Amino acid sequence: MGGHDTPEAIHAETRRYIVVFAALAALTVLTVAVSYLHLYLDMAMGVAVLLAMVIASVKAALVAGYFMHLLNERKTIYAILALTIFFFSLVMILPAGAFADHNGTSTEVAHEGAGEHN
Amino acid sequence: MEIPYTVEPRPDTGLYNAKLGIWLFLASEVMLFGALFSSYILLRTGNPNWVHHEMNVPMATLNTMILISSSVTVVLAWAGLRLKNFAQFRKFGILTFLLACGFMVVKGFEYSAEFSAGLFPWTDNTMAVYFTMTGLHGLHVLGGMVVLGYFLGPGAKMWGSNPERFTNRIETFGLYWHFVDLVWIFLFPSLYLL
Repeated sequence: MGGHDTPEAIHAETRRYIVVFAALAALTVLTVAVSYLHLYLDMAMGVAVLLAMVIASVKAALVAGYFMHLLNERKTIYAILALTIFFFSLVMILPAGAFADHNGTSTEVAHEGAGEHN
Repeated sequence: MEIPYTVEPRPDTGLYNAKLGIWLFLASEVMLFGALFSSYILLRTGNPNWVHHEMNVPMATLNTMILISSSVTVVLAWAGLRLKNFAQFRKFGILTFLLACGFMVVKGFEYSAEFSAGLFPWTDNTMAVYFTMTGLHGLHVLGGMVVLGYFLGPGAKMWGSNPERFTNRIETFGLYWHFVDLVWIFLFPSLYLL
């Protein structure tokens, strides 16, 4: 990127960075506001987590898309990212797998085990 | 022997080597932090008696703003080099460095307040997760500061001998720095607000 850019294009890009910064700052304030709203409205924890993660994902998309220029990158980088996202998803699914295992067979054993260690 | 493809893209990848390298490194970083986030989810949701400590949200919000600002300044520093304006690079590079210092100072105050309150990594799982994740992130900020310090100091000589390569180095550093910002974007709500 950037090798063949004209000064006008770079200046336009710079203005876009400032707009993205303003959006990120506003979303940060929104994240904090939502967290207080969650306590104030006695919102369910699941809803609060979902809202917080949605806002964080939008912020992450702005950083990755504009600052890391992923909106306009080479296929090699998209391929690396696709593989990364696949393995990252597997790692994030692991806790769900652990729960399925826990709920299905060994709740009592786990409790007994925990009791022994305490 | 000359290192190949420091400026011109490799025909098969379409990228200069350092850019491919930093993305591969960032992929490994995603897995490192991913494993920690996954462990956190498992520990937290698996424990109905998870201890909730009140974290310092205003300080963490300030640090979020600092990191977001530093992401803009680093990209403006790179834009300066693309415009052949070394003074702009220097100005925004120094600003990025100062913002990173600010982040570490705020984090230091936060840690110090937590230690004073008797909260240590071994206090409970909440604090163990908190110190492990924010500590590892802090080390990344520190590592970035060392690299940026080099580029603002002795490493800047390359601007005179090979400006395109130096510009690419700053782009590569910027990608790392944005990733550090990205990790914090998820750490902030996960550890401070939920």
